[in-house]
Amino acid sequence: MQLWRGERHVLRGVSFAVQAGQALHVCGPNGAGKTTLLRVACGLLHPEEGSVSWNGADIRASGSGFLASLAYLGHEPALKGDLTAAENLAFDIGLRHAVDAPQVAATLADLGVADCADLPCRVLSAGQRRRVALSRILLTGAQLWILDEPFTNLDAASCERISAALAQHLARGGLALVAAHQGLNLQAGSVARLELQ
Amino acid sequence: MSTPVQARTGAMAAAWLLFRRDMRLAMRRWEQIADPLVFFLMITTLFPLALSPELSLLRNVAPGVLWVAALLSSLLAADTLLKSDAADGTLEQCILSGQPLTLLLLAKTLAHWVLSGLPLVLVAPLVAVALGVPATALGVVMAGLLMGTMTLSLLGAIGAALTLGLRRGHLLLSLLVLPLAMPLLIFGARSTELAIAGENASGPLYLVAALMVLALTLAPLTTAAAARIGVE
Repeated sequence: MQLWRGERHVLRGVSFAVQAGQALHVCGPNGAGKTTLLRVACGLLHPEEGSVSWNGADIRASGSGFLASLAYLGHEPALKGDLTAAENLAFDIGLRHAVDAPQVAATLADLGVADCADLPCRVLSAGQRRRVALSRILLTGAQLWILDEPFTNLDAASCERISAALAQHLARGGLALVAAHQGLNLQAGSVARLELQ
Repeated sequence: MSTPVQARTGAMAAAWLLFRRDMRLAMRRWEQIADPLVFFLMITTLFPLALSPELSLLRNVAPGVLWVAALLSSLLAADTLLKSDAADGTLEQCILSGQPLTLLLLAKTLAHWVLSGLPLVLVAPLVAVALGVPATALGVVMAGLLMGTMTLSLLGAIGAALTLGLRRGHLLLSLLVLPLAMPLLIFGARSTELAIAGENASGPLYLVAALMVLALTLAPLTTAAAARIGVE
């Protein structure tokens, strides 16, 4: 895979494959192209050379079939400040499939942000917003998780909760691409590392 | 969780969901709706003060004043159409939701029109009467502006999507949208002019309607394509 951003050659000869039940830990220094790589994997960016395939088919050809099995957590938590956490999630998940309020509440409680459900997101702290955004990933029920720095702004206990959720996801046959500076706290066999320069 | 059994949301249901969300957001931040309306009222009330309070003179400039004011306030509103969604990442999530982006953005544009264009149409009779437009012409003024503001919202959405990645895209947005809006301005103002003169205004009104249908068909496709490029 090759990708230029203006004059910069960001991704140079990057190639990877991830199996069911496996996570790919994308690491590298700031500006190495981790976010770019993840956005290419989502189909938000198109590489100049190379392709991204899902179940053997190019993601640009499979379109909504691929997107239905994808959950993406970007830099921004994608929450509307004027809506409550529960309203935000009801909308985001509602775009994909039916979801009921107890399910949303249970997931928020799982990540320790149950008391934020009825607060407008603009009053939440960065860490709380991050956890609400991660609740969306859990609620989509998608097979492929693409997480860009999921541990940013999180306290140690929350990091563990996320790691546990990730491990559970992999155990169910899910896949994950995770860009993170810290190591992933997962079973040795289930993590592959991709070091970007 | 990795085996999704839930039924997918239909495309229309998703669009309706987005429409309702934007309405709810607007209710919590109503000053954003008020902006274009206040702007429209300001322009149209300043004209009699600056020009002359004489109704016969105002009646002559009324079509131009009404339509230029509507055009400018639509441009003002268009800037906010996609900006916050792009900034907070919700636009990306909409693209990745797997729902047809064209339909989602059409729903968003319609919500935007209900909040910024429809209020103009509703106050237009008051403004028109203040400018000396006879009561018999009010129907044509409202019908024209109803279709006109809808078209302007759709065109504004294209401009908003094209200028997504730019930090200060407002001026560029105006430059992009204004030429596209020229036919609308000409036919819209002409319909009002004919109605004021007591003549049959259906000719230019049909043309305004045709422009609206054209915008409804093509603008969402263009907006979606531009938005995909914009988030890159």
